[in-house]
Amino acid sequence: MISPNANLKGDIMIILKKDQFQSIVEYARGNLPEEACGLLSGYIKNEKRIIEKIYFLTNLDHSPEHFSMDAKEQFAAVKNMRKHGYVLIGNFHSHPSSPSRPSEEDKRLAFDPLMSYLILSLAEKDPILRSFKIENKISSEESINIL
Amino acid sequence: MKITVNGEKITLEKAVTVEELLVVTHAETPEYVTVQINDEFVDRSDFTDKLVNDGDTVEYLYFMGGGSL
Repeated sequence: MISPNANLKGDIMIILKKDQFQSIVEYARGNLPEEACGLLSGYIKNEKRIIEKIYFLTNLDHSPEHFSMDAKEQFAAVKNMRKHGYVLIGNFHSHPSSPSRPSEEDKRLAFDPLMSYLILSLAEKDPILRSFKIENKISSEESINIL
Repeated sequence: MKITVNGEKITLEKAVTVEELLVVTHAETPEYVTVQINDEFVDRSDFTDKLVNDGDTVEYLYFMGGGSL
């Protein structure tokens, strides 16, 4: 259920509450066989990125192998974050039948080096959530602490 | 002129196009940016001509997508 934290290259730690983690898992399972996606907001304290609110967005691709977030929903989410005093920390998407690691397409389409890219794998019985920073198509894993 | 970009108020000496604003505000990979001015989407084909006016609220964000393959 919890992310493996081996081979971490950065100091960033994502802090996620257990019920938030569960809500991501439930949303992703509810969208099977398609990939699910969303945004994570909260605040940043030193190296800690504390998630406060999760936005569940529509995967416009409606595909089990690809996702594109709905830009209209993205704008609405970002404006809502600002209203709450939160910042955009990252996004998440699910891999219904592959491991929790950035695919070549994930890396190619990761345009913001400041974001955390969380990937939830549903390939095994227990979901696996991992977080990555992606810069110049190179990914490095961040730690996740689920409280 | 004064405008708001992604929630932050900024002052520019002269009017700029959307394309110029993306450069001024250091948008990375502007070709993958989606823009709204005053809650209205701006067509990518209009980026070079569409002027940002005094008092406008501009939002832009990066395309977010990927895949599992």
